[in-house]
Amino acid sequence: MVNCFHCGDPCADTLIEHKEKSFCCHGCKTVFDILHDSDLGYYYDLDSNPGISPQEIEGKFDFLDNEGIVEKLLEFDNGTTQIASFLIPSIHCSSCIWVLENLNKLDKNVLSSQVNFPEKTVRITFSSEKTTLKKLVLLLSRIGYEPYISLENSEKKEKTVNRTLIYKLGVAGFAFGNVMFLSFPEYFEVEEFWLDQFKNMFRWLMFAFSVPVVFYSGRGYFTSAYKGLRSGILNIDVPIAIGIAVLFLRSTLEIVMDWGTGFFDSLTGLVFFLLLGKFFQQKTYSYLSFERDYKSYFPIAVTRLLKNKNGIVEEEQAEVYKIQKGDRLLIRNNELLPVDAILIKGKALIDYSFVTGEAEPVSKQSGDKLYAGGKQQNGVLEVEVLKPVEQSYLTQLWSNEVFSKDKTGIFQSLTDGISKRFTVAILSIAFISAIIWLVVDPSKAFNVFTAVLIVACPCAIALAAPFTLGNVLRIFGNNKFYLKEASIIEQMAKVDTVVFDKTGTLTTNRKNTITYEGIELSPTEQQLLTSTLRASNHPLSRSLYAILDKNNIQTLDEFEEEVGKGMSASAKNATIKVGSSAFVKENPKHFNTEDISEKQKKTTVHISSNEEYKGRYVFENEYREGVSELFEALRQNKEVIVLSGDNDGERERLESMLPKGTQLIFDQKPENKLDFIEKLQQSGKTVMMIGDGLNDAGALKQSDVGIVISENINVFSPACDGILDASVFKKLMPYIDFSHKGIKIIKWAFLLSLLYNLIGLTFAVTGHLKPVVAAILMPLSSISIVVFTTLATQYASRELRMDINKQN
Amino acid sequence: MSIIYVLLSISVLVAIVFFVAFIISVKRGQYDDTYTPSVRMLFEDELVKEEPLQQDKEENKVNSK
Repeated sequence: MVNCFHCGDPCADTLIEHKEKSFCCHGCKTVFDILHDSDLGYYYDLDSNPGISPQEIEGKFDFLDNEGIVEKLLEFDNGTTQIASFLIPSIHCSSCIWVLENLNKLDKNVLSSQVNFPEKTVRITFSSEKTTLKKLVLLLSRIGYEPYISLENSEKKEKTVNRTLIYKLGVAGFAFGNVMFLSFPEYFEVEEFWLDQFKNMFRWLMFAFSVPVVFYSGRGYFTSAYKGLRSGILNIDVPIAIGIAVLFLRSTLEIVMDWGTGFFDSLTGLVFFLLLGKFFQQKTYSYLSFERDYKSYFPIAVTRLLKNKNGIVEEEQAEVYKIQKGDRLLIRNNELLPVDAILIKGKALIDYSFVTGEAEPVSKQSGDKLYAGGKQQNGVLEVEVLKPVEQSYLTQLWSNEVFSKDKTGIFQSLTDGISKRFTVAILSIAFISAIIWLVVDPSKAFNVFTAVLIVACPCAIALAAPFTLGNVLRIFGNNKFYLKEASIIEQMAKVDTVVFDKTGTLTTNRKNTITYEGIELSPTEQQLLTSTLRASNHPLSRSLYAILDKNNIQTLDEFEEEVGKGMSASAKNATIKVGSSAFVKENPKHFNTEDISEKQKKTTVHISSNEEYKGRYVFENEYREGVSELFEALRQNKEVIVLSGDNDGERERLESMLPKGTQLIFDQKPENKLDFIEKLQQSGKTVMMIGDGLNDAGALKQSDVGIVISENINVFSPACDGILDASVFKKLMPYIDFSHKGIKIIKWAFLLSLLYNLIGLTFAVTGHLKPVVAAILMPLSSISIVVFTTLATQYASRELRMDINKQN
Repeated sequence: MSIIYVLLSISVLVAIVFFVAFIISVKRGQYDDTYTPSVRMLFEDELVKEEPLQQDKEENKVNSK
């Protein structure tokens, strides 16, 4: 099979030969022509088949005629020059960067454009005298880079990138290097003549470098320790803060009293390494967002119908936030309804799969209530608004308090657990040795007391978790499992209950298995059926049409479709009825009273030919590969629950597929799911929720670990703690196992660092802690912990990689 | 040996200059996107290739006539 020169997809249905190249559709060919004619052919040399097939955008960006909306999208506007940033999810390779940064070859009015590849954004500066934002957006869409504009864009928020940690790290690193440099002479020679002459200057310089390290870089440890103490927790920052404070005070005292050089080198080094650990733990996937809510899915504008003075109805593009109760809206095919409304006119076929988890679109009659978040699948609708966007049924979920509280920091981490015992132990050792020395040699008591606190400063312990978890996070990321932050891994290891959503999580989004039950259709009946299905826009018709032979499509003499029921058609004296059982059997000659499929609530399409019932096509959800095996593996030591927003039509099938004892709960509304998770947690469970849609958003947020399954990580997922690529769904178990291994590695690293502390303490307690010993011991312990955790996680990940490759 | 004062102040000064340069570069967001520039710098090669492309186009025009 030939692959498309532009997008690389196989040219299955259509093949267009053009300029000795093959294309899979006219869209791809058009993009090729546009680029080729503008001398942008280099696009195809950078990467092979880099293109994206452009989508139908007719009328989609009409809202950009509304100046109020355009204004919100612009970053800068001085009347002649405007700057706008677009999120373009389809950016994926170097060709994309190149063509987007050469936009001025396609449109002379573009002054400059700059791509941020990790964030998948392009920032375009253009002259607004000759072009408009809309034209620009259309140009981008025409070459396959359709910008994603949602309700989120309408809230202009200042991009606040938090770079404090980098500044702190920079200050600490700068001071560390210089202090090391200045303290080096005194490591070896103490009594040398010239050294003696200049030592005061060297020492006060070191002091000067240390001041910003303690008061700026190290400030976080003091505040955290203070907060911890106030709420009665001895967290790891308490001994660290004591260590930093004692180091600084004793060193200052030493240089003031001219006792020695002090420990400024160890002090700055300590803070530098600690911050380095914090920095390493942060691994951000800037192109993924873990904080999305409904705003990322909802459109920024919608068509409002206004009656002017003469009573003529006019269409207007209005901002979604400005829609009031009572407004009339026009919803086109494939548009998302952003408000709760009453259907006035049109055939509604609403796909709520994303909102409620129902697998099939529902038909609605005029007068029915439609909820926000549904997607119209069948023609144009006119609706009257009942509730504006913020008060709609779906968005109400986000007013639940679970969305306002910060999940991190609530649970006690492994490090905090050990630090309590550690702090108590260190303080008692310090006091006991000080008391002993007071008896033996009072002049040394102060030295020993401070030395113990200095050397025991748990730098290595504090580094063990960040580096291990940071490594695990990266290994997960390389294997298509993206976590929001490292602390999630610790939570993952504690999980004892796993809750799955059904639609979109256990089932795939696209594929359906369709089976036929009944009397075999004759070739002519088959033909008539395909021709009838071709005329219908209903999703079921389309998926059925896709699997049937498309030979000899005939023109229908008659065709009638009744929304929510079915359709009847005739051609050459043959009639056919396709649709729901009630519709097809309206005046049946052959009557089948016992209809099992209806009882099972399966999705079916019934067929009758010439008023004679023939049979039915049964649609079944296709489950992801390896669901049974995954559940079996999870069942070993965890409770597994399926929590679905769909009806229980698939209960039997699920029961046969999943191991016995798996709890199946159906008909769960989004808030029910949230409550269910909360109840589990109240009964002492640590819950992992695995879902995919907005309907799981509350449950994902409430759970201890909320994971979203995504077929395409560029498509947005609701707020969560982690995103798992659907292709590795069945390998969830190895990931959980690996998180356990990570915890084990941290524990070993604790042991190793305690060993260093013991060595240091023997020096300290006996009163032999010289600055040079501390200066060697501190970095040595830190670096060996970093090396140990890195090697250990890499070694442990071999098994994970093997698991993943094996199953591929 | 008082030269050491001069040397020390120079060394500290140089260190501070680089430190300030680092802070400014972070502040301007130079480290926010560390990936795209690495790809962008390879694009210069395109200028060499543009010539034959132009010819291609003309040939195509001739062919289509």
